[in-house]
Amino acid sequence: MTATTDQYVGAAVPVVTGVSIAQVIAFLMMTIALVAAPFFVYPIFLMKALCFALFACAFNLLIGYVGLLSFGHAVFLGSAGYGAAHSAKVWGFPPELAILFGTAVAAALGVVIGALAIRSKGIYFANITLAFAQMVYFFSVQAAFTGGEDGIQSVPRGTLLGVLDLRETLTLYFVVLAIFLLGFLLIYRAIHSPFGQILKAVRENEPRAISLGYRAEHYKLLAGLAGATKALVFQLASLTDVHWTMSGEVVLMTLLGGLGTVFGPVVGAFIVVTLENYLAQLGAWVTVVQGVIFVVCVLTFRRGVIGEVGNLLRKSL
Amino acid sequence: MTIFGVPTQALFGQLLIGLINGSFYALLSLGLSVIFGLLNIINFTHGAQYMTGAFVAYFLLQWAGLGYWWALLIAPVVVGITGMVLERTTLKRLYQLDHLYGLLLTFGFALIIQGLFRHEYGSSGLPYAMPGALAGGRNLGFMFLPNYRAWVIVFSLAVCLTTWYVIERTRLGSYLRAATENPTLVQAFGINVPRMITLTYGFGVGLAALAGVLAAPIYQVNPLMGADLIIVVFAVVVIGGLGSIMGSIVTGFGLGVVEGFTKVFYPEASNTVIFVIMAIVLLVRPTGLFGRAS
Repeated sequence: MTATTDQYVGAAVPVVTGVSIAQVIAFLMMTIALVAAPFFVYPIFLMKALCFALFACAFNLLIGYVGLLSFGHAVFLGSAGYGAAHSAKVWGFPPELAILFGTAVAAALGVVIGALAIRSKGIYFANITLAFAQMVYFFSVQAAFTGGEDGIQSVPRGTLLGVLDLRETLTLYFVVLAIFLLGFLLIYRAIHSPFGQILKAVRENEPRAISLGYRAEHYKLLAGLAGATKALVFQLASLTDVHWTMSGEVVLMTLLGGLGTVFGPVVGAFIVVTLENYLAQLGAWVTVVQGVIFVVCVLTFRRGVIGEVGNLLRKSL
Repeated sequence: MTIFGVPTQALFGQLLIGLINGSFYALLSLGLSVIFGLLNIINFTHGAQYMTGAFVAYFLLQWAGLGYWWALLIAPVVVGITGMVLERTTLKRLYQLDHLYGLLLTFGFALIIQGLFRHEYGSSGLPYAMPGALAGGRNLGFMFLPNYRAWVIVFSLAVCLTTWYVIERTRLGSYLRAATENPTLVQAFGINVPRMITLTYGFGVGLAALAGVLAAPIYQVNPLMGADLIIVVFAVVVIGGLGSIMGSIVTGFGLGVVEGFTKVFYPEASNTVIFVIMAIVLLVRPTGLFGRAS
């Protein structure tokens, strides 16, 4: 068998066991940068990037380590957003409960969709998750509680645990950062657990992976967490979060940052969100630029930014 | 006259719309199936190529004064050739990698093409006149049948069945099917498999463009006309079974009709019914209705 290094999606990076010094250093650097960042950069923008970073990390777990391309990941972002926004605004949930509720909604959906999609493999899996995402999208357009085209607007931020006033943007930033770091570490833990190792080992042998049964719901939980947080940050839950182009975006972030790398999705998310911020006034060009990045990444740059850096340093990041 | 409390007029009207949509589902999923069979790639650019077909028809009329019938001939060839260039220059490099990379690459192309057209022509549709010979319609007694719609259904059915015949019943088709099963062996018999792959991709893409020309007088020419349609077609392909030619045709038309009837009896579910059917099919037959177990 002619096995090139990156024959499998995400297989560009060698399998690592245990925590490496390089990863600890990288993690500390990232944390310090993120703690300092809101004093230099517009915090709302940072929070958006953080939400997407968490979203991309969760997605990366599925594609980078299990080799499953889920093209319907936006469902979990969007549904959690609706869940959190609805519970906070209409039922008056405090933020911590709203986020938990949103995450639970996404997780429940994840179990249902996962159970069905797992019956298929490879390229079918991508198609089916995509189709389910579209189904949820149409449902969201029609259902009353989602507010249709308008979305759920002016979601109250509230007070976390009755102590922290989240209307203060900086306070909110640090809460979002804490949620992000927590989620990040959880994903990191999952990768390095025996379970994560099994997943990576079976990535190259699909029939065996299927016989073991994928546990997709774990990761979808995290995508949900990102969605619920995002709804509170923007005080808005809208249709764009459920649409399949959003799923495309998260694929882009992960691909650009590096499939199957620990820090790749975070870097990818920051790059893409920054790009969108600067290109926003150019309208349709955003799509074109995204498309070009896709094409360039797939043709010449399959390791992604972090994958290339890691390769250069001969470290797994 | 009513059936199940629904006026027959409405029922036949939706049946007609269902058959029209089914024509497009069938043509598009047929192209996807043929491409997938040989290349093992889900061609995400398919929707954008369908849209490009409609735009080529529009350009031909605006710039060259060539009407619908010319467009029906030229657009598939033009789009097919661009598809072949795409395959030769980029897709070809990915065959030895995971098939998901092919999907990601074609997704990127779809974004680029749709973005460029949207930048140039906005999101509102451009009108495309119906060919004079097919204007008007006839009264069948129980319903009014516009000539153009009847033409779309008959023509796409003919194209689908011809494709099926060529692939399943001719020598050329037998090469194609053999190459799908085992490309290395077929190449050893002296058949130029890489060229066959290129031509197949061009043909599948040409079918998408043909569907685009057919759609232009009905739906207007719009940069986003393929973006959401293609997702439904993906579901159709999953239901029919990837790679099955007859499966694509039958499920394409069938699901169009089911969707049409859902609009009559339970309009709220008309957008989602295909996806619900997909979920059920997956539960019962994971390889699709006509797919072979692999």
